[in-house]
Amino acid sequence: MQPNLFHPLAYTFTFYFFGLTALASAVAFVTRKSPVAAAMWLVNVMFCLAGLYVMLDAQFIGAIQVLVYTGAIMVVFLFVIMLLNLGHVSDLLDARGKWGQLIGLFLGLGLLAEVMALNRHNTIERMIPPDLAAKAAEAASRSAAGGVIGPIAAPLFKEYLLAFELTSILLLAAIVGAVVLGKRRTNAR
Amino acid sequence: MNPAMIPEGAHPLASTIARFVWLLPLLPLLGFLINGTLAMLGVAKVGPADPSAGHGHAEEHGHGAAHGHDDHGHATRHKFAPIVSLVGPGVLVATFLLASGIFFAMRGVEMEHPYIQTLFAWMPVGDLQLNATLLLDPLSMVMIMVITGVGMLIHVFSVGYMQDDPGYPRYFAYLNLFVFFMLMLVLGGSYPLLFVGWEGVGLCSYLLIGFWFSDKANADAGKKAFIVNRIGDFGFLVAMFLMFANLGTLDVQGVAAKAAELPMGGVIATAIALFLFLGCTGKSAQIPLYVWLPDAMAGPTPVSALIHAATMVTAGVYLVARASGIFSMAPVAQLTVATVGALTAFFAATIGLKQWDIKKVLAYSTVSQLGYMFVGVGVGAYTAGIFHLVTHAFFKALLFLGSGSVIFAMHAAYHATHNHDDAQDMRNMGGLKKHMPVTFYLMWIATLAIAGIPLFSGFFSKDEILSSVFARAHHSTLAESSLLGIPGGTLLLVIYGLGLATALMTAIYMTRMMLYTFHGPNRTGAAEEPHLKEAPWVMTGPLVVLGALAAFGGWLNVPALLGAIGPVGGLEHWLEPVVGEATLRTTLGEPAHLSHSVELMLVSTAIIIAVVGIAFAVWRLKPAALVPKKDAPEATGFDRVLENKYYVDEGYDAAIVQPTVNVSRAVLWKGFDAGIIDGLFVNGSALLARAFGWMGSQLQTGQLGTYAWVLLIGVITLLGAFTFR
Amino acid sequence: MLVEALALSAVLFSIGVVGVLTRRNAIILFMCVELMLNAVNLSFVALSTLYGAAGQVFVVFTMTVAAAEAAVGLAIIIAIFRHVKTVNLQNINLLKG
Repeated sequence: MQPNLFHPLAYTFTFYFFGLTALASAVAFVTRKSPVAAAMWLVNVMFCLAGLYVMLDAQFIGAIQVLVYTGAIMVVFLFVIMLLNLGHVSDLLDARGKWGQLIGLFLGLGLLAEVMALNRHNTIERMIPPDLAAKAAEAASRSAAGGVIGPIAAPLFKEYLLAFELTSILLLAAIVGAVVLGKRRTNAR
Repeated sequence: MNPAMIPEGAHPLASTIARFVWLLPLLPLLGFLINGTLAMLGVAKVGPADPSAGHGHAEEHGHGAAHGHDDHGHATRHKFAPIVSLVGPGVLVATFLLASGIFFAMRGVEMEHPYIQTLFAWMPVGDLQLNATLLLDPLSMVMIMVITGVGMLIHVFSVGYMQDDPGYPRYFAYLNLFVFFMLMLVLGGSYPLLFVGWEGVGLCSYLLIGFWFSDKANADAGKKAFIVNRIGDFGFLVAMFLMFANLGTLDVQGVAAKAAELPMGGVIATAIALFLFLGCTGKSAQIPLYVWLPDAMAGPTPVSALIHAATMVTAGVYLVARASGIFSMAPVAQLTVATVGALTAFFAATIGLKQWDIKKVLAYSTVSQLGYMFVGVGVGAYTAGIFHLVTHAFFKALLFLGSGSVIFAMHAAYHATHNHDDAQDMRNMGGLKKHMPVTFYLMWIATLAIAGIPLFSGFFSKDEILSSVFARAHHSTLAESSLLGIPGGTLLLVIYGLGLATALMTAIYMTRMMLYTFHGPNRTGAAEEPHLKEAPWVMTGPLVVLGALAAFGGWLNVPALLGAIGPVGGLEHWLEPVVGEATLRTTLGEPAHLSHSVELMLVSTAIIIAVVGIAFAVWRLKPAALVPKKDAPEATGFDRVLENKYYVDEGYDAAIVQPTVNVSRAVLWKGFDAGIIDGLFVNGSALLARAFGWMGSQLQTGQLGTYAWVLLIGVITLLGAFTFR
Repeated sequence: MLVEALALSAVLFSIGVVGVLTRRNAIILFMCVELMLNAVNLSFVALSTLYGAAGQVFVVFTMTVAAAEAAVGLAIIIAIFRHVKTVNLQNINLLKG
């Protein structure tokens, strides 16, 4: 947190602004019938989240959120929607019936309640060993000195190098898979 | 009395031919396998034969008079008949020779303990360590000799009697199987093994009664025998359960040893004995379960002779003697046995007075004589009961085979003229003595024997039973106890009286049968009379042997009074190791003894009664006055009641069968079977499986949305368990 | 602000879940999943203020996986669309055994 950049009240206001906007956009996203509108609301959610990331001192994540998610992934979504000509509201019933929606809502609320209850019981904190918390606090203090990207890059290329490399293989596989699946099989038909 | 401890090899019989005792049941079983295979092969080759069309034989006119047989004379001999004729009686001859060898070996040794041969561990279950053991002792030896001896003769007779039957190999297969099971019954060293034989002979009886099953009446008779016997078998089973629960053992020797430790007249011994006796009333046709035996005459006549006169039906008598250790501890049960026996003897004899079917007369006579045997074993005179069993096997087998020979001739005569009259009705016979002299003389011997004319076999055994009853009325455990408030002594005197009355009636109805069958004018019909012929030698041969046995079988056990004619009490000494202890227990430790004057009086009474009975029958019955069945008027009054066997079958039908059928139809069929079994279980389980299947299929719709729902419900459940633990 | 961020994360996740449960359009379903991933990312980032930058590393991984997933998933949707001419899941039951 860098309180010197923000007045605390302004910080709080901005935080709530982004948060509530994200919430409203998410609700709008799941309730839109048109896929394009839904996608646009989701883009809005992601922008707000990017703002929150920045405010939570994760400027790098905020940047790639905008670049990767909003800029790449969501564009691909929109691209596919347009490619398949799904812009108009589907003739078929897209959403479930009244009862389905109601029960779905209750299930979602139930899930939320359970997550909240878990938090309230401090289960998460009990699950994390105390020495880890101490280590993490020490790492956080170190990160303040190493700039914005350094604290992420260091573990990424040291501790999590194997995972990082595996991710690259995953991406390669995904690319190949997407090409194979998306290719029109002219000779087969 | 704990001879089970004697090791098998140490027994004096172990070094003799008796060690092959396991071969005794095995040989008939081998015969069964061979004949059964031939029977099945024959059917396969001939195709699905219609037995009703071909059995063109003896009983056809008796029971099947109604079917129209267009193919008379087409009855062909079975293609395997020559082999079967060799194998069927052959195995019995071999068995009889082996049995004789064992018999002579046994005579040469001191039979203090039975010879027990353990074949294999049969039922090693927890506390119950049951081996398949064969028990060879003088008692089983007597039975084996009767079964194999009389059985062999009847097998030989059957070769002639059944020669043209299309089911010839099947018949011998059943007969061999019967002998196997009967030998298992008498050799069984434990009650369960005995029960195996007991059930097996029941099965063979069923199969052979319904041998000509295409006629519904025969099949029904078989079913009736089977079902009535099951009621008795229930008693046997309960008795075995009680033995195991209270005595902890099931082998014959162990039960006898343990029973001796029970209190005299105690509940346990009485209950076991009474339930065993319930089994006997079924198998040995006593009141109230005797009704199946007369119907069992639907089977071939040699079967009636072997199974339903000489051997199987006497299994109950054998069982009582075998379990003498228990019965002698329960005087009340003994009194019950004797009373039921006496009542059955009397009751069946009255019915026998008015039957027209020659085999029915003999059937009721058998029931009556079985009652006699039960009187004998009931009063603790086991030797007398077994003695009567043996002599009865001789003369009754002779009577049945003789009647078979008569029916054979009658049938052949009717067959020749295509007449459909009843070949078993005595009203259609008469005057057969000049046509079949051999049968005639031999059957008279048997008649005199069963009537109790002195020096014929029946006289000795019957007299011994009656004098035992008389002796025990004065001095025995029975005389000291009481049944239903009647003092045992009084009851035994009544039983004695019933025995005398039965003897009188026996003489009358047997003489009546002989008069109507062989004497007087012939009523078969003018056209048929020239066709009446004596049976071939293969049938008369066994008759001659049986005739000799029926005449001289009494020498097996000559009473002291007639000591002049032969060695006294042969059978009694022979059986002494088996039943001696139990007999003495009943007679309070000292041998039953009657003074010479009393015994002379009893014997002369019996002789007078027999002679009077025969004389009365000859005096009153006029064969000349009889008319053939089809012209005979309906009987009236008490005659009619007797002819219809006191309407007992009808009574059972109304009191037990119809209610059972009605309840079964309304409750068991409509309610339970259709409603609960079909509705709830069959369709219900199908519905349940379908419901589960439907539920399962709802999980496999391929609808991603459904999967998401299920997944989320799972997540919420798990998380909930995690949160609210 | 940590508590608010975590609460928001939980709410967004639940909204994503409700979306998955109630919608039948394959692409919207996919976007709901993306929303859920974003909600989780928010949790990671919020908690990284407490426990250090490792949380942000995981966000990077998540985004990579999400990108790969989007590529393959959309390719599958296109392939299916070619086959059945719809993206409505009611008409797609290829998983049916």
